[in-house]
Amino acid sequence: MKLKKIVLSIFASLFLFSSTLSADTIRIATEGAYPPWNSKSEDGKLVGFEVELANWLCIYMKRDCTIVEQDWDGMIPALKMKKYDAIMAGMSITDERKKVITFSQGYADEVASLAVMKGSDLEGMDTPEGINLSLGGKDVKKALKTLTSALAGKTVCTQTGTIHQNFLQSGDVGSVDVRTYKTQDEVNLDLTAGRCDAALAAAVAFTDYAEKSGKDVVLVGPTFSGGHFGNGVGVGLRQEDTKLLKAFNKAIDQARKAGKISELAVKWFGFDASM
Amino acid sequence: MDLELIITSFPKLLSATIVTLKLLSASLLFGLFLGLFFAILRLNKNKLISGFAYGYSYVFRGTPLLVQIFIIYFGLGQIEYLRSTFLWVVLKEPYWCAIIAFSLNTGAYTSEILRSAFETIKPGIIEAGKSLGLNEKFIFTKIQIPIAIKQSLPAYGNEIILMLKGTSLASTVTLLDITGVAKFIISTTFRPIEVFIVAGSIYLFITFLVHNLIKYLEKKYRYQ
Repeated sequence: MKLKKIVLSIFASLFLFSSTLSADTIRIATEGAYPPWNSKSEDGKLVGFEVELANWLCIYMKRDCTIVEQDWDGMIPALKMKKYDAIMAGMSITDERKKVITFSQGYADEVASLAVMKGSDLEGMDTPEGINLSLGGKDVKKALKTLTSALAGKTVCTQTGTIHQNFLQSGDVGSVDVRTYKTQDEVNLDLTAGRCDAALAAAVAFTDYAEKSGKDVVLVGPTFSGGHFGNGVGVGLRQEDTKLLKAFNKAIDQARKAGKISELAVKWFGFDASM
Repeated sequence: MDLELIITSFPKLLSATIVTLKLLSASLLFGLFLGLFFAILRLNKNKLISGFAYGYSYVFRGTPLLVQIFIIYFGLGQIEYLRSTFLWVVLKEPYWCAIIAFSLNTGAYTSEILRSAFETIKPGIIEAGKSLGLNEKFIFTKIQIPIAIKQSLPAYGNEIILMLKGTSLASTVTLLDITGVAKFIISTTFRPIEVFIVAGSIYLFITFLVHNLIKYLEKKYRYQ
């Protein structure tokens, strides 16, 4: 009988703990695996630009928040299933995602870039420094053509379900052999192992990795923005949560005016990525 | 429920089934040889040899398959020396890394299944062979092995089904098997339930086929 009581009390306490959050608390999800946007410190705490920004936005909204960790590939489905209320995970605002969720105004913008290991034959491509796919024009077309011939038959690695994957499979750079991974960490590992000829992600994700690991990862080709790369990074929300959307938009305005977003961006990225 | 998504994802997942079946059959084939080899080593009277075989099965049955595939794929890939050897030709490919991991894993289980089957063979059967003047090699290959295979059919059928489900881990090393393609479809549709229902049904159907094949074989080779 004693055992029965112990088992019951364990179950009861499990249920109690899981319902201690009040209804007012906003639950914000982040991946914790995409530095410097969001990552985990050595002692397992969530850190990064978006973790700090999320806390500031909650201060401006005068609401309690908890930040939860969620794998990237389940990020949007879990939002829709109400496991949390908002996404701040370096998620770019794209038309494809807007079909299922809604976004606040953008708070920061990232450019994407290809990266290779030093000594790769992809180094020294003749392309402009950066191309904006939304603008189009002769330079963009020429750059895409250069990329198409340079990447033909190459294996390009990227994270599953990202703007980078969408771009690689859009046909803009021909038909490259795209390999997708669950996390950016794994992309970095396989790039250094030599299984990938090149990798595509946020430029800062590679520079951060190169700096921390000491590996000879270098950026090549142009930086990408616009088109498949979306319009900046915003807070992902359920389409029906219009009140929360307004609250986030207002808080972002306030944070921007106070210079908070720029300050945090400089701290984590080394440059002002705010928008 | 999005019925249309179920219908459109079905052919994509079906073509991914070929990758899953290739991984499964290659791993089972290599695994069977490894299993038989190590089961025979286990029966060896030399303690060092049987201990080695025991160690192999202990390590591969005692660690998660996911950890094994990660060590072989991501772990070995980090060793710079290895990348300059001919081994890298094989280890560079996610497909071969998956097959190596799966074969070693199922080989460990198969060796245990076959070993216990060998051990249940009554000594009287071997003695009967000897009294007929048959040599030891003949007794082993023509009497012990066939009996052991019959004995181990039910347990081996179970192992095939476990391995089938194990192949879904190939998706963690970028392979587009059933699970890999399912995740891929979800990454653009954001609807996991529909896609995983289709993927799950395909696994279930393959299990159904394997189950019935084993049942048929068991019946066919039953002692008269």
